[in-house]
This record gives sequence, structure tokens and C-alpha cells, in this order.
Amino acid sequence: MTQMHVTRRTRLSTVALILMVPILIALITAPWWAGRSELRLMGEIALYMSLATLWNLLAGYAGLVSVGQQAYVGLGGYLFFALTMLAGIDPYAALPLAMLAGAVVAAPVAVLIFRLRGAYFAIGTWVMAEVFRLTFAQVSSLGGGSGTSLATDIVRSMADGRSAREAMAWWLALGAAVLVIGAVVLFLRSRQGVALTAIRDNELAARSLGIDIWRTKFIVYVVVGALTTLIGCLIFLQKLRISPDAAFSVNDWTAFVIFIVVIGGIGTIEGPIIGTLVFFALRETMADLGTLYLIALGLVAIVVMLKAPRGLWGFFRDRYNLEIFPLSRRVNGLTSKGA
Amino acid sequence: MDWANAVIQGVLLGGLYALFAAGLSLIFGVMRLVNIAHGDLIVLSAYLALTVTTALGLSPLLALIIVVPGMGLIGYTLQRAILNRTMGEDLLPPLLVTFGLSVIIQNALLMGYTADPQNLQAGAIEVASVEIGAIALGVMPLIVFGTAVVVIAGLQWMFYHTALGRAFRATSDRQDIAQLMGLNRAHIFGLAMGLSLAVTALAGVFLGIRTSFDPAAGSARLIFGFEAVIIGGLGNLWGTLAGGVILGVAQTVGAKINPGYQILAGHIVFLLILAVRPRGLFPRIDG
Repeated sequence: MTQMHVTRRTRLSTVALILMVPILIALITAPWWAGRSELRLMGEIALYMSLATLWNLLAGYAGLVSVGQQAYVGLGGYLFFALTMLAGIDPYAALPLAMLAGAVVAAPVAVLIFRLRGAYFAIGTWVMAEVFRLTFAQVSSLGGGSGTSLATDIVRSMADGRSAREAMAWWLALGAAVLVIGAVVLFLRSRQGVALTAIRDNELAARSLGIDIWRTKFIVYVVVGALTTLIGCLIFLQKLRISPDAAFSVNDWTAFVIFIVVIGGIGTIEGPIIGTLVFFALRETMADLGTLYLIALGLVAIVVMLKAPRGLWGFFRDRYNLEIFPLSRRVNGLTSKGA
Repeated sequence: MDWANAVIQGVLLGGLYALFAAGLSLIFGVMRLVNIAHGDLIVLSAYLALTVTTALGLSPLLALIIVVPGMGLIGYTLQRAILNRTMGEDLLPPLLVTFGLSVIIQNALLMGYTADPQNLQAGAIEVASVEIGAIALGVMPLIVFGTAVVVIAGLQWMFYHTALGRAFRATSDRQDIAQLMGLNRAHIFGLAMGLSLAVTALAGVFLGIRTSFDPAAGSARLIFGFEAVIIGGLGNLWGTLAGGVILGVAQTVGAKINPGYQILAGHIVFLLILAVRPRGLFPRIDG
């Protein structure tokens, strides 16, 4: 008789995990086989994938629907510029420092806006982002309302020559995406992650099991804030120029990210990854349409939300019982029980 | 005297913010819906009024006769056709669907009217003022403030003295029981959204007369309206007026200190009140 056992692995997840090794090697060696513009696009994709994964952890798992994550993207960009240009800190040291500062800022913000529930929480995060934008617009040493460019000697200090710098920017973006996705998967597999999933499924039941809901959500908010700040550094390291309107843009850093997650499948790890690829495929083919493209994107998101609220990946997962990242537990050996 | 003037202008500005907020407060009270596209619908009403005034040569104030019922109809249809499908325990669908609507409205306005700032020309009344002592009060701001008071008193009366108001309150208390008592929930929600957007139409036209607007102007209006609702306390219409006034005064006094601080001062007062009184100043219902 076969023993029943509970596992998180499936054949697909094992195959996917093995396949990830050659894919990662191919991505790491991209500077040697990809062109300059492809490398830039891939960097952008990696950074959007990170933002989408982080927003998904916040909204899809912790139930904290924020429309103000641009606060941390912009904060990251401005901190990176300030730390390197005003404080003269080495750019590579500025990245972890900015991330730490992001956590320090996110903690009191969380205490304040956690007083708002549901949709009001969402708009509260937006107010916070506006406060950040208006505050940085007042800082004249960073160009005030019109913004500033990253000093060339700082850019030069990061690597020798243009192609080496572009390769470095790509590796940083790729490293950030791997860090973010890996951290989220490991977090969700941990004790805290299970608590979070329990809260998502039923807050009352989770509380009666002794889960401290406020604390769990607080940790998620602060960690997501810190990592989003890091991604913000890398986004504006790639752009080399920052202004309050670009740094705290609700369209670029929140609307697109929400559409990516909703279309890909909210509340799954795979959803944001697939959503990002779909988003960029659409953007590269339809960008000429301009505003019409944005209208179409909004329509698609509404239709997905109404007709298939679990997105593309949710649809496939329900139909074929697929899971690439080993998260949910399955019982093996059930069929052979009666034999 | 300058400071007194700033405070009085702020109070009058608060009337406009209360009109931004009244529609939000109404639909939250009846169906716990927060409409992220609210600000863009305000701007949409301003553009509708612009089209009506240029097409028919009417004053923007007369255009209200067309724009107010027009927006009401849009609201009812929007609720019945789309938003009712998102109503339920889960907060995410209405939030994301109205967020999608917001992006669609903004970009549709951008296509239809370009990004150029527009404004509504109301003629001589725009610059008319009455002198009280050393302070000049604009006639338009006075009309806006008076309208806000009348609208809020009207909504309050409607809620507590009419059959429709009773239906709204019943649905607000217990949706399923109200349905059992023979109320058609989908229709009631439609009416609430229609009423909300009719008020929004007033707000949009007054906004257009006061300042110039462009397709991207909606998000700031949503935020001001939201702040007024939270400051005043959820579900309390007179509280919403008080919230609007507090926000308006914070902004004009902030602008007096430094023009760059106008909007920031409003946000900071909002956050302070949230820190001290998390449920607002005069709360009625729980969020």
C-alpha cells in the first residue's frame, strides 16, 4: 500500500525549477548576445515584474489594495540621487541604504494609513504618495519641481565604458527581480506566509487561530515598501533623470502595475510574471496607438475583473491544476488508498 | 486682515470641496462603494458643460439643466450595467473596475478634447464681488457655497423624510433584508449612483468656472473629496461639509504662508486629523 503524503512539489514545479537554471544562465549572459535596445527593454521588463510581484503580495495576499506604491518608487529614485550626489555615497552602497530608508519611512506610514479600511485605505495611500511628490518638489537641491539629472561622474564610477555600464544596469535589474520573486516565494512558504494566506481567505477565522493580523500586515507593508524603494533606485538609475511628476506618476508605477497583476492573475506568483510579459508584448506592438492603447488596457482589465477575476493564470490553473512555484500543499497517494 | 481674508476664502472654497465629496459620501453610505473614477467624472461633467455651452451658446449655469440630468443618467446606467456586477463581500472588484474606468475616462477625454487646459466662461458673474468691510467676497464662490449647503440639506432631508431615503437607509443597514422587503437592490444602487453623479455634475461645472481643467485634473479632485469625507466622518453629510471647509481653509492658509504649500498643507491637516481622530470628526458609520 502506498503511503499518503502531503507535498508542495508537483512534477511541473520540479521540471520548472530545473528549467530555471539554464534560463537564468541565458539571462545572465544576455549582455553578450542581446543588442543594446533589447537589453534596455529586458531591464525594464525585470523591474516591472518586480513591481507587479510586490503589489501582488500587498493586494493579492495581504488584502492591502494600495494605489500609492508610486510613493516608494519615487522615494527610491530621489534617495538614490540624493545619497550619491548630495551625500557623496558610493552608488552600490546607496542601494541597500535606500532600501533600509524605505523601510524606515514605510513603518510610520503604515501605522497612520492602517486606520483606513478597504477602499479608503487605497485612496489614503494615494494621498501619501501626493505628500511625497509635493515634498520632493520643494527640495531645491534636487531641482525642485523641474527635477535633475544624475551627475555623469557618478554614472562613470559604476563601471568602465558604456557597454559595461549597460550590462551592469541589466544585472542589477535581473538581480532585483530574482531577489524580489525569490523573497516572495520563500516568504509565502514560511510560517508568516501561511498566516498571511489564512488572513486572505478568512480574516475572522485567522484571528480566532491566534494570528496577529495587524502585525502580519504591517510586516508585509514595510517589506514591500523597502523592496519597492530599491526597485525605484534601479528604475531611475536606468533613466538617469528624475522629476517629481515622473517619479511619483500614478499611471506609470501603479495603474500599469495593477493592470499587469489583474490581467495575469491576482493572488498567484505566476500571474504578475505572465501579466508583465503580456503587457510588454502589447506595448511593443500597440504603443503607436497612444491613448487608444491605454483605453484598451483599461477595458481589458475591467472585462478580466468581471468575467475572469482570477486572471489568465487563474484560468489555466483552475482548468489544468497547474502550479509552477511550489506553494500550495497537495495530498499524494489518495487514489491508491483503496487498492 | 489678510489672514481673515484667507480663512474666509478657504471656507468658501470648502463649499466646492463639499460638493466634490457629497457624491462620494452618498454612495459610500448607501452601498459601501468607493468610486475611484469620481474625480474623473467631475472633470467629465465639466467637459460636457463645455460642449453644451459651445454648441448651444448657453451660460455654463444654464447648461446645468442638461448636464445634471445627463450625468444622473450616466450614473444610473453605469451602476446597472457595470458596477452592480462587482458588488459583494470582496472589495477588490469595485476598486479595480472603477480604477480602470478612471483610466478610460481620462484617456477618452484626452482623445476628444486634447490636453489643452479649458475653462467655462460664465461672463460678468465670474468677477463680480460684494464688499463686506475690507473683505471682498466673490459672487461665484458665494453661489457655490450656498449650493453646497442647499445640496447637503436636500440630501439630508431626502434621506430622512422620503420613501427613497428610507429605501437607501434600509439597503445601507441590511442589503439582504431590504431585498426581502421587496426593494430592488440593483435599482436602488442605480438611483444612488445617479444621484451621486447629478451632484458631481454641479461640482464639475463650478470647478470649470472657478479654474481651468484638463483631462488629468480628476485625481486631485478625487483626493480632495475623499479627504473632506474622512475629515468629516464617514456617512455624515453635514460632517462632509465641515470636512470640506477645514480642507479649504488649510489650503488657503497654507498658500498664504507659501504658494508652494497650498495642496501640501491640506494633505498634512488631513493626515493630522487621521492621526488624532481616525474615524473623522463626526463619524456616523464604520468604514
